[in-house]
Amino acid sequence: MISQLTVFLENEKGRLASACRAIADSGINMSALFLADTADFGVARIFCDTPEAAVEALRDAGYRATLTPVLGVRVPNRPGGLADLLEFFNEHDVNIEYGYCFSVNQEYAIDVLKVSDHSIEDALEDAGFTPVAPEEIYHVD
Amino acid sequence: MYFQPDIETMPAEQLRQLQLERMQWSVQHAYDNVEFYRSSFKEAGVEPGDLKSLDDLASFPFVVKQDMRDAYPFGLFAVPQKDVARIHASSGTTGQATVVGHTASDLKNWGDCFARGIYMVGGSAESTIQVSYGYGLFTGGLGAHAGGEAVGCSVIPTSSGNTKRQIQMMKDLGTDILACTPSYALLIADTAIEMGFDPAKDFKVSGVILGAEPASESMRQDIREKLGVQYCDVYGLSEVMGPGVAMECAAANGLHVAEDQFFAEIVDPDTLKPLPDGEWGELVFTTLTRECCPLVRYRTRDVTRIIAEECSCGRTHRKIDRIVGRTDDMLIIRGVNVFPSQIEQVIVGFPEIAAQYQIILTNKGPLDRVELQVETVPDYPFDEIRKLEELKARLAGELKSNLQIAVDIKIVEPKTIERSEGKAKRIVDLREGTQA
Repeated sequence: MISQLTVFLENEKGRLASACRAIADSGINMSALFLADTADFGVARIFCDTPEAAVEALRDAGYRATLTPVLGVRVPNRPGGLADLLEFFNEHDVNIEYGYCFSVNQEYAIDVLKVSDHSIEDALEDAGFTPVAPEEIYHVD
Repeated sequence: MYFQPDIETMPAEQLRQLQLERMQWSVQHAYDNVEFYRSSFKEAGVEPGDLKSLDDLASFPFVVKQDMRDAYPFGLFAVPQKDVARIHASSGTTGQATVVGHTASDLKNWGDCFARGIYMVGGSAESTIQVSYGYGLFTGGLGAHAGGEAVGCSVIPTSSGNTKRQIQMMKDLGTDILACTPSYALLIADTAIEMGFDPAKDFKVSGVILGAEPASESMRQDIREKLGVQYCDVYGLSEVMGPGVAMECAAANGLHVAEDQFFAEIVDPDTLKPLPDGEWGELVFTTLTRECCPLVRYRTRDVTRIIAEECSCGRTHRKIDRIVGRTDDMLIIRGVNVFPSQIEQVIVGFPEIAAQYQIILTNKGPLDRVELQVETVPDYPFDEIRKLEELKARLAGELKSNLQIAVDIKIVEPKTIERSEGKAKRIVDLREGTQA
């Protein structure tokens, strides 16, 4: 499992910008950011260099921030990469709360999934998939 | 077990008769000796002789806190100074202080009233009572002290403060009953636990008599469990006497008013008309025996209701329910009376929600809109939006069933709700035409 930085945001002008600024001011680089929004609040899910330090920085700035364990899987950057992975979860009766993907380069992409059953990570490896280790994504701090 | 069985279990009819006789004396006494009552009665067109039944009291004018401030210092005293045995005063943090005097007989009655509560928690002359209310102008310390002495208890006048020593004495001297404020009782319990004791097991204490500030049901339960005690809620106010005006018996369903000493009415805070037993409104007291400072229809600003149903403890004096708020705090939302304390009560039932909250009232057209802003506790896993939405729905449902009004819940960032050193600003009323 890897640590995703999650930030609670009110739907209010400038809140996302100032959250990002707080992260930036701590010298932390982000590699991916995804926003989920509802009528009156949003949740930003972020991959960054040092998630622990980012949580601290955001809390100091008055934000509700937390680390969420998610599953990251490296998949080949070709048609069906994600479909194969999802079928595997389906076969193992693992539900997915939410997910998103980002291409890292021409070779591969990373699929990030919040799954109902964390123990699926080992089974993934046995089945030939490539779960991502924390140190591949960020500095373990 | 009763402290004064004849009085506390007096048949209702006999009690009403006693109340009427005493009320007639008290109203006459006030009229004869206090200029304020002579002029206020005259203005209302009533005389003491008009009081033929308890219901007739409704035609008499009220006394409010401001009248007491205006009468500072001795304007409402009905006895010569040589008969004044003690003077207490309110803090005066919200204005001019008010002073209230007591004759020796007033003090004796006060002790008796509080003594009834000591029996309600199983106390007797065998008991040791520790009084950890502050002693001084505040009525808590000396009121509880007088109760302990009236019963014949061993009284330990520790007053408040020096918590570790309090706990040591509680343990070493075998305190049976603790009298203090609810927040101090909780501090004592928590400190004792920190010191390595389990007060519920290690201490002899079996009853607490707590009052002078509001306590939520969860706080009461916390105190009961941590100290292993029966909880007696004591109501009182310095203007009317002090602690002991009403006390909660083992049935834990309301506080018995000392009806031989006080006549309680509930009035509609808007129309000031008396309400039938069971309905919520402002509590009004008329003292029946007080010599020094008799009060005729004193508006307490406290909101409660009268519980007239027979009590399993056998006492016949009617009870008041817990104080749900002050008329000053009361909000009228879509015609429904709502107290911030009711909202707080619901919020404490949600461990996911932090204690800070704010209510924003707006109106678009004729309908009021209520928005409750809350924060999740710091370690709440807000990552799953579905759970947040579900939490909002549950909170809204609980509020709806408790307050009978629909409330929009908004989960906000921690910085949104203003923190303040003193009293937090919980209500923001942006409704047009309602600002005072």
